[in-house]
Amino acid sequence: MVTAVRNFVSEIGSMVVFMTSSLRLLMSPPNRWSEILKHMEFIGNKSVGIISLTSLFTGLALSLQIYLGFKIINAVNLVGPTVALGVTRELGPVLTGLIVAARAGGAMAARLGTMRVNEQIDALDVMGVNTRQYLIGPRIFAAVICMPLLTAVFDFVAMVGSYILVVFLIELDQAIFLEKIRQTVQVKHIMEGLFKSAVFGLVFGLVCTYRGFYTTGGAKGVGEATNQGVVTSMVLVIILDYFLTNLIRLFYLALGIQ
Amino acid sequence: MEAAIQVQDVKKSFDGKDFVLKGLSLEVPKESLTAIIGFSGTGKSVLLKHILGLYQPTYGKVKVLGTDLSTLDPNELTKFRCNFGVLFQSAALFDDMSVLENVSFPLIEHRRSLSPGQVKEIAERKLQMVGLDPKHFHKLPSQISGGMQKRTGLARALALDPEILVYDEPTTGLDPILTEMVDNLILETHKNNKGTTSIMVSHDLQAAFRIADFVAMLDAGQVLLFGKPEDFYKSEIELVKRFVSKGMKHA
Repeated sequence: MVTAVRNFVSEIGSMVVFMTSSLRLLMSPPNRWSEILKHMEFIGNKSVGIISLTSLFTGLALSLQIYLGFKIINAVNLVGPTVALGVTRELGPVLTGLIVAARAGGAMAARLGTMRVNEQIDALDVMGVNTRQYLIGPRIFAAVICMPLLTAVFDFVAMVGSYILVVFLIELDQAIFLEKIRQTVQVKHIMEGLFKSAVFGLVFGLVCTYRGFYTTGGAKGVGEATNQGVVTSMVLVIILDYFLTNLIRLFYLALGIQ
Repeated sequence: MEAAIQVQDVKKSFDGKDFVLKGLSLEVPKESLTAIIGFSGTGKSVLLKHILGLYQPTYGKVKVLGTDLSTLDPNELTKFRCNFGVLFQSAALFDDMSVLENVSFPLIEHRRSLSPGQVKEIAERKLQMVGLDPKHFHKLPSQISGGMQKRTGLARALALDPEILVYDEPTTGLDPILTEMVDNLILETHKNNKGTTSIMVSHDLQAAFRIADFVAMLDAGQVLLFGKPEDFYKSEIELVKRFVSKGMKHA
């Protein structure tokens, strides 16, 4: 038990050192803008389709469930703001985190793992290229930048889904739907979700690159690294969401924000 | 003879108990082609990683071109590695880059003052130097044969005109024809690049004796014998005799 705890703490420490050194190196020359843009294109652009699709149906399903529940207490006018708050503060960042961790995080771990077992990382090392600066920093940085952008897409498309269900299918009043959202949802709610998503980007970027970078044992090792990277990232996204929500609440309380 | 690489009484342990290298000393003469041979598990790859600065010795020193690698900080070590060109067993080409991009990569990384046109020109010249047909320059590594991949790997290793060329088991797993082609390529490259020191880690005894100026045989983490190929035929050391007779029989 003591050994397990010690190993866990040691692993977390290694990850933090790995992340900080990679990001710090990113600030030193040579600049890696082209690498960052390449990874942003992969993590961001290529996730827009799947994020839009899942968020549309999340908006539709959530709105339907809330409508069915609120109909019982005759509060259907609150479907819009309830969906909006749920999506911007919780579902948007969490579902985007899970989807992107699975898609891009898994690909990152597999790519780095393959590079490791095929000696490509060794080749970079002996070529005098700082592998953390070249391979890790840009990936983590791109994940942190792309996650809030993807979450914003998720929030918007989910609300489009909610609008379609509420206004076109259930035929509630469009003006009430929009006005209630406007009255309830504040910029801070959206920012809260975007902040969380940036943290999730940092977490899955770190976990997946770390697992991939330290892959051992050939093809089997690549599979294990990918699996561990994705599973750990997804679990951490869900656990961290709870703590971040509380942290943000405490932050608001400290600043006297309602 | 001036030494390009000096390995001085190096001991290496990964767990603090068992030593993989047990006081290994070796001097690789400048401008020579030196082969490091030995049975599996004798420490050849670990020695190579010490020379490349990828491992730090537990005890002892590794000096390359007069610089003690243990005195360099990680950034200095990274820069220092530009003195090496390495051909890996698997060629280790970047699979998302074309042949030309692979060879251009070290130039883009370390010769930032070069224009894209100059980088392309140098990369093409290196590829032609190792005998690769220009029609393959824009192909991905997966679209060319194993022999062409080795040529590309060698061209990439030569890109920065390194002082030390390292071949890590370059012919392991290749068929006899390809093996001979790679051996000849190593020999030609060594002759054509005056001033370069070459080190080849190999299981292929016949090739080592045919192309190397010096051979170092490792056993149990130490140098069992270092000398010219003919010294190995004359050696009275039992293990050397066994290795030589087995190697020749196999060849």
